[in-house]
Amino acid sequence: MMETIIREETLKTPFVKFDSDKGVVEIKGRSIPENSIEFYKPLIDWLDKYADQPSGKTSVNIKLEYFNTSSSKCILDIFRKLELIHKKGNEVEINWYYEEDDEDMFEAGEDYQSIINIPFKMIEMED
Amino acid sequence: MGFDLNNWYKEKRQGDLILEYAGSISSDVISDTLAEFESKISESEELRRVRKKVYNVLVECLQNLYHHVDEPPKDAEIDEKDRYGAIVLSKDGTFYRVSTGNFVKKEKISSIKDRIDQVNSLTDAEVKMLYREVLNNSEFSEKGGGGLGMLDIVRKTGNKLEYNFFQVDDDYIFFALDVYIS
Repeated sequence: MMETIIREETLKTPFVKFDSDKGVVEIKGRSIPENSIEFYKPLIDWLDKYADQPSGKTSVNIKLEYFNTSSSKCILDIFRKLELIHKKGNEVEINWYYEEDDEDMFEAGEDYQSIINIPFKMIEMED
Repeated sequence: MGFDLNNWYKEKRQGDLILEYAGSISSDVISDTLAEFESKISESEELRRVRKKVYNVLVECLQNLYHHVDEPPKDAEIDEKDRYGAIVLSKDGTFYRVSTGNFVKKEKISSIKDRIDQVNSLTDAEVKMLYREVLNNSEFSEKGGGGLGMLDIVRKTGNKLEYNFFQVDDDYIFFALDVYIS
């Protein structure tokens, strides 16, 4: 059994829930730390282990309000780990949420989608 | 005497001054500055789209200072010398302007200039393409986004970066950057 990671949202880091039991990966809020590697490394390590025995279906919910360029590569690293899980024949569903007038967040989802070989579901949130 | 820091501030305050800070750029200062912005420009008085863009630019500019400033010259007339940087946000007409200033060693002029000129020379589509390429391929340093900061700013604002180098003394220059958001 893997430990579930839950991190509450702070001023500069998002709410995080990685639950192997349920096959849920969630990142919500703001990701604007000065040192993003410090924040994301344990999450990426967790996914490395999870990849050995993933849930039959992994649901990924990314609901970011802001993220800085320092986080952008770390988020890509998370998607890369998920891509490996997907490649091994496991179902991985990525839900990319963005606020209705936030074209920048929509495009950020498209950026990742252009690099990662998993279909993204782009979900517009209304007020 | 060439460069006058106070004149630079005066010029950047033109329009409606929203916030300014000059001193040591710490992680807490960045948090406080962002919180100040959010409290001063509420969602009711500015379009959420614009407000988000300004917030994003502030984050990138402040963290750019945090990661990259040089120590100021010894005889500079400023109080806090550790990680010294300055940031001014004003609304000038229909534009928000984020201005940053910091001291850098003279030998860095050409690399800063080359990077900005390159980003400024690109079309919107090229900026987007290059952003994806850098995101996908480059190794990032512990410090930051491996050059994504400037690209991100230009991409989100759709405007060119404006900059100046002011000679301070034989070894130092003051690097001033203006970002416009509308």
